[in-house]
Amino acid sequence: MTTSAIEIRDLVVDYGTRRILDDISFDIHQGEIIVIMGGSGAGKSTLLRCVLGLKKPTSGHIHMLGTDICHAAREELYELRKKMGVAFQQGALFTSMSVAENIQLPLREHTDLDENTIQIMTRIKLDMVNMLPYENLMPSELSGGMSKRAALARAIIMDPKILFFDEPSAGLDPITSAELDELIIMLKETLKMTIIVVTHELESAFAIADRIAILGEGKLIQIGTPEEIKNSQDDRVMDLLNRTPRENNMDKDEHLSRLTQDNR
Amino acid sequence: MKCTLHSENDYDLLELGGEIDLHYSPDLREAILASLKEGKPLLIDMADVSYIDSSGIASLVEGFQTAKSAKLAYGLLKISDPALQVLKLTRLDRVFSIFDEAEKFQAQL
Repeated sequence: MTTSAIEIRDLVVDYGTRRILDDISFDIHQGEIIVIMGGSGAGKSTLLRCVLGLKKPTSGHIHMLGTDICHAAREELYELRKKMGVAFQQGALFTSMSVAENIQLPLREHTDLDENTIQIMTRIKLDMVNMLPYENLMPSELSGGMSKRAALARAIIMDPKILFFDEPSAGLDPITSAELDELIIMLKETLKMTIIVVTHELESAFAIADRIAILGEGKLIQIGTPEEIKNSQDDRVMDLLNRTPRENNMDKDEHLSRLTQDNR
Repeated sequence: MKCTLHSENDYDLLELGGEIDLHYSPDLREAILASLKEGKPLLIDMADVSYIDSSGIASLVEGFQTAKSAKLAYGLLKISDPALQVLKLTRLDRVFSIFDEAEKFQAQL
């Protein structure tokens, strides 16, 4: 039987009068890599923020490892976050700390591990992302790809049950990107992590995903295996896969209303 | 986590089992370092390890380094598949001395 790491039910998020996520429901299974795709403005980032507990939805529920994160107390969220790792798109490294210090931060904050253990764990993770020679560099001395790899090392330093990765391949050369894809698969297979990846990169998505969820205009258009997505007959999915520019099916009244509506 | 130390004739045998994670790895580290302090070679049986994270691996590495400095033999025995996968991910399968039988470790002493 497949066990869910995350259950998303009837999720609705409004920003003012704009509906960003509209009745999203799906499960993320334990030990799978799920890739969330969609065009700009599809709601991917908002969905990620909700699942991370950074944004309260307008309505709906998200259960992560059995905890209702929309209604959890601060302490519950704190405990849950120890089981989560997040690699942000731009790295989000602390600029006043070296690469190694950035990576060690979660261990120093959340554990009482011996200093030797912390140092060895840091080097193991740096080696996994091919960043071991750069442990003493400051974030300002890193390239975009190096920052991204350092951010991944920090995200996995506590061997999280659930790893979130926002745009792993964006801005990387093809070789580094392929290495990162391979590492993501290895993390799933060896450390049994559940991995949620948000990406625009089709090649990377199809290389790593067990399932792909496609969002469009705040709705879940389709979720399925890479094969099912490839064979989709949905126009919006085909447009995304074929990189077809969006058709300008403009409703005159709706457009006028958008331009004149008082959103203040 | 199971972590039981047996004293054999000319070496110590540490039997590990279950899940070794951030919670239990300090106990593993302590057991390894305490055994090495006695000055005997150490063989770690990992046949029943169902999961080991990087903090557990770090304890094994520190033990290896300590044994090397003290010129003591240090080996891993019958590593379970989940544990071997993690060692391979960290390329430490090429660093540790790994044995499928305790007698082979003993023969090297």
